[in-house]
Amino acid sequence: MSAAETIRTIGHRAINAVWRIGMAARFFFLTLVYSGSSIRRFHLIIKELFSTGVMSLIIIIVAGLFVGMVLGLQGYETLQRYGSESALGVMVALGLVRELGPVVAALLFASRAGSAMTAEIGLMKATEQISAMEMMAVNPIARIVAPRFWAGVISMPLLAAMFSAAGIFGGYFVGVVQIGVDEGSFWSQMQAAVDFREDILNGVIKSFVFGTVVTVIALFEGYDAPPTAEGVSGATTRTVVTSSLAILMLDFVLTAIMFRGS
Amino acid sequence: MERTTLDLWVGIFVVAGIAALVMLAMKVGNLGTYNMSESYQVSAYFSNIGGLKPKASIKSAGVLVGRVTDISLDTERYEAKVTMSLDKRYLFPKDTFANILTSGLLGEQYIGLMPGGDSEMIKNGEVIKKTQSAVVLEDLIGKFIYNKAEEPAK
Repeated sequence: MSAAETIRTIGHRAINAVWRIGMAARFFFLTLVYSGSSIRRFHLIIKELFSTGVMSLIIIIVAGLFVGMVLGLQGYETLQRYGSESALGVMVALGLVRELGPVVAALLFASRAGSAMTAEIGLMKATEQISAMEMMAVNPIARIVAPRFWAGVISMPLLAAMFSAAGIFGGYFVGVVQIGVDEGSFWSQMQAAVDFREDILNGVIKSFVFGTVVTVIALFEGYDAPPTAEGVSGATTRTVVTSSLAILMLDFVLTAIMFRGS
Repeated sequence: MERTTLDLWVGIFVVAGIAALVMLAMKVGNLGTYNMSESYQVSAYFSNIGGLKPKASIKSAGVLVGRVTDISLDTERYEAKVTMSLDKRYLFPKDTFANILTSGLLGEQYIGLMPGGDSEMIKNGEVIKKTQSAVVLEDLIGKFIYNKAEEPAK
């Protein structure tokens, strides 16, 4: 391949990427514009909340429990060397509430609910259900996309909170019940160190942002997928890869903004 | 699935999520434990605050009575000005002594208030005059080495 051709490929890729980002932004804007009618017909959102939120409950709680247990075990190993195993509660709680809760819950959400959303909408497009809706003068963004978007945005902070709560109980179980760290200092040091606004509220804001980004990526990939079997499978893969990368990168940016200087 | 069961499950989901948030706020965070209802502001000057940070606790006889709200450098006297808000229930005499202490050997630093015997109480916006700075470990070690060097060789 000649040098000019390589550079041309890079240019083509760059234009394509920017074009897709622009399309996704336009899509997001349209979703917001047309979401008024889906809020009025709230049962549509409830139906989607069931498939995105309720169905993700088990994986979120089990994963949170085990992440908390591992944190308790590893944290104890490190902290007991310095004789400060009473700070185990602080470590587990801050780690979960600030970072692991929002990030891991969002990663699980992207692969559990995001991929399903993309596949569903992609298949709707492939079987021309979306075109049929347009023929009937039903706006597919208002009828299909907006309820799913709001369901994702609502359920993500709740799932992250449940993940953190389950993780703290996992850490409590390993640290206090199994190893025998003092229960009083576990909870009291945790309460002294974790601030509601600084830590918990910032974690909720993080998961809210992640929920928005993951659902927009999932819905856009589904809506934009080529209407073939191959296209839908490719779009599903792209949803998981793109939203995972977006979560991790955004997490760095948000952490740098929120927790710097404290 | 039927509409009612769907509603039930989504209701359970939302309630569980909100319960988890409330639990995080109350049991894990400090919203349930320390709620300063009404407070008054007092400031103090220290020549060295060591590792004191905003939101550090202020204790008297080991009881939490307030929080540090602001730390700044006063460029007129080149000393650290520490502003603290104290709980309105607790009043301290005018000659109260403010020390910067460390909890444990390597723990975080806090301000300890030792009440004096004055009959007048500190009011909002006043300054605590008697202060003692933080003990800086490097200074202590330096002094120790200096004293050792002065000792006659055996």
